[in-house]
Amino acid sequence: MSQSNSSRIRGERLVKYSVITPPFLFLLTFFLVPALIMVVASFRYPGEFGGLAPLFRGEDGVGGVTLENYKLFFSSTNYAWIFLRSFGVAALTTVICLFMAYPVALLVARSPKKSRDLLVLLCVLPFASNFLVRVYAWMIIFQPFDLMHSRLAVIIGMVYVHLPFMILPLYTNLEKHDPTLLDAAQDLGANAWHRFWRVTFPMSIPGIFSGALLVFIPVLGMFAIPEILGGKNDWLVGNMIKDAFLGSRDWPFGSMLSMVMTIAVLAAVGLATALAKKGVPRA
Amino acid sequence: MALLEVREVTRRFDNFVAVNNVTFSVNAGEFFTLLGPSGCGKTTLLRMIAGFDQPDSGGIFLDGVDLKDTPPEKRPIHTVFQSYALFPHMTVEQNIAFPLKMAKQNEEEIRAKVKNALDLVDLTDRAKRHPHELSGGQRQRVALARGLVNRPRLLLLDEPLGALDAKLREQMQIELIALQRDTGVTFVFVTHAQAEALALSHRIAVMRAGKIEQLDEPDRLYGQPRNRFVADFIGNVNMHEATVKAAGETLTLELGKLGKIVAPMPKNQTLAEGASGVFVIRPEQVAIRAAQESSNDPNQFVGTVNDFLYIGDVTTYIVDLPDGARIEALLPNSAPGRAKFFELGDPVRVSWKAEAGAFLDS
Repeated sequence: MSQSNSSRIRGERLVKYSVITPPFLFLLTFFLVPALIMVVASFRYPGEFGGLAPLFRGEDGVGGVTLENYKLFFSSTNYAWIFLRSFGVAALTTVICLFMAYPVALLVARSPKKSRDLLVLLCVLPFASNFLVRVYAWMIIFQPFDLMHSRLAVIIGMVYVHLPFMILPLYTNLEKHDPTLLDAAQDLGANAWHRFWRVTFPMSIPGIFSGALLVFIPVLGMFAIPEILGGKNDWLVGNMIKDAFLGSRDWPFGSMLSMVMTIAVLAAVGLATALAKKGVPRA
Repeated sequence: MALLEVREVTRRFDNFVAVNNVTFSVNAGEFFTLLGPSGCGKTTLLRMIAGFDQPDSGGIFLDGVDLKDTPPEKRPIHTVFQSYALFPHMTVEQNIAFPLKMAKQNEEEIRAKVKNALDLVDLTDRAKRHPHELSGGQRQRVALARGLVNRPRLLLLDEPLGALDAKLREQMQIELIALQRDTGVTFVFVTHAQAEALALSHRIAVMRAGKIEQLDEPDRLYGQPRNRFVADFIGNVNMHEATVKAAGETLTLELGKLGKIVAPMPKNQTLAEGASGVFVIRPEQVAIRAAQESSNDPNQFVGTVNDFLYIGDVTTYIVDLPDGARIEALLPNSAPGRAKFFELGDPVRVSWKAEAGAFLDS
């Protein structure tokens, strides 16, 4: 019996590994390896016509490793300003998305079960049409109001594109709340505001958190919206990185920008997580 | 004046009448129970008292004041929900402080009252825990403490012991009685468990299909059920179709093919010869002995043991009577060393006194 048992366990293990291996290899090849390439690239020299100079300095004196890219970044406040602006735009977009998404998510979560799926579908329906087409449609709306190439246009566009990413995690969270808790709160003397602020809201913080991550990080990397809807002064980190690779063809500089942004994002998220854990106990 | 009055309350859901013209009142300091099978309307009634639902007609009065326009959060009535409904993001302490905060009491007062409440339910060492870190019984006690902490006029309890296992349930029953006595808060308790209702309540309203079948103290409900439903719902009972043969000081009944028995004459009720109904008698009022032994009881039949249930403290014998009917008799196992007295198929004599049992015509 123990033999058949151990062979059953071995079988289960085989299934487990064969299921996990393809995605593991995929992520290894197309996520981890490029990330490492990027780390290394940020310390290298650019090639003559784009690309990278050799990793080891040749006899012609070309290639090798350097801190030059990072020095360039910290030598001027311009880059820091763009970073700051990017974080500002991302934060503002996140906050606006939160305020717009919360009522929608709450409405959907408290609708009759039958209509919820339809309402969720409506929230993600814009994804069914091409992103660029939708952004160009915004141009038609903005032009008569003379909003084109303004920061407001960038923010509106950002909010529009990222709103569903806030609605969905919030809805997923709110939908799981036990309605009896609201009855209990009311029974114990809580009016509508207190029922929201003391019960619904604190319980939805994990949902807010995942929604905020799903909005904040993509906004930082977004270059299409600032490019189309914004002016030259509305460039964000994403635009700089895109320009480094496709415009000035300075891959190491783009890699360095990417690195700095990754570290900054990780730091921001880490800080927010620590604060959230400290401030609000898990439900 | 009664603390709570429910006057001619009716509540319909589409074509279904959940509560049908119900009237009763609860006195201050009372432990009052609404008892009935699921779907009898007891929870609907409770929700209307709490304010989550409104009667279609009739009214609910607290201290003589109609509660119709008072929303749940303004009623001095708290509920202990079946699922406890503790706030998962708050500690035990914060849960208990919640109603006090809502009532805008000052910090110092809140702290003192929460401490008292924790003490009352013996959870002082769990004050900083979250509900998910507690056992079922502890959660139950937090829910009770939260409901009682600012001394509502009325505490509604919706099957609060339903989720607990048997042993814990018994312990919580004792705690509930003590809590009610110590706080002096009036309890309205809803349950479908008749034993629980009997053990806890000062008075019980037995409900069926939206109506109150009988409202009485536990011993009267058990000893003098008004109709078949109540007799059957409360405790175990033997029931036999019967016809009145003679009605006087006592009642002579014809139990079908079994023959005649004497039974007590129902009080406040006139019965004519020929009236039909059921004769009901509790198993513990039926004596059982070997068939060859004689009994002085006026009502006796010889039958055979069909089955027995050994419970420990008592054994219930199921006896086949000559007409095919069955009767249960309870024998206490108080004689040392003797667990049971009869085997399957043994001929036995069952008997009961003239004043035992009751005739019910409805």
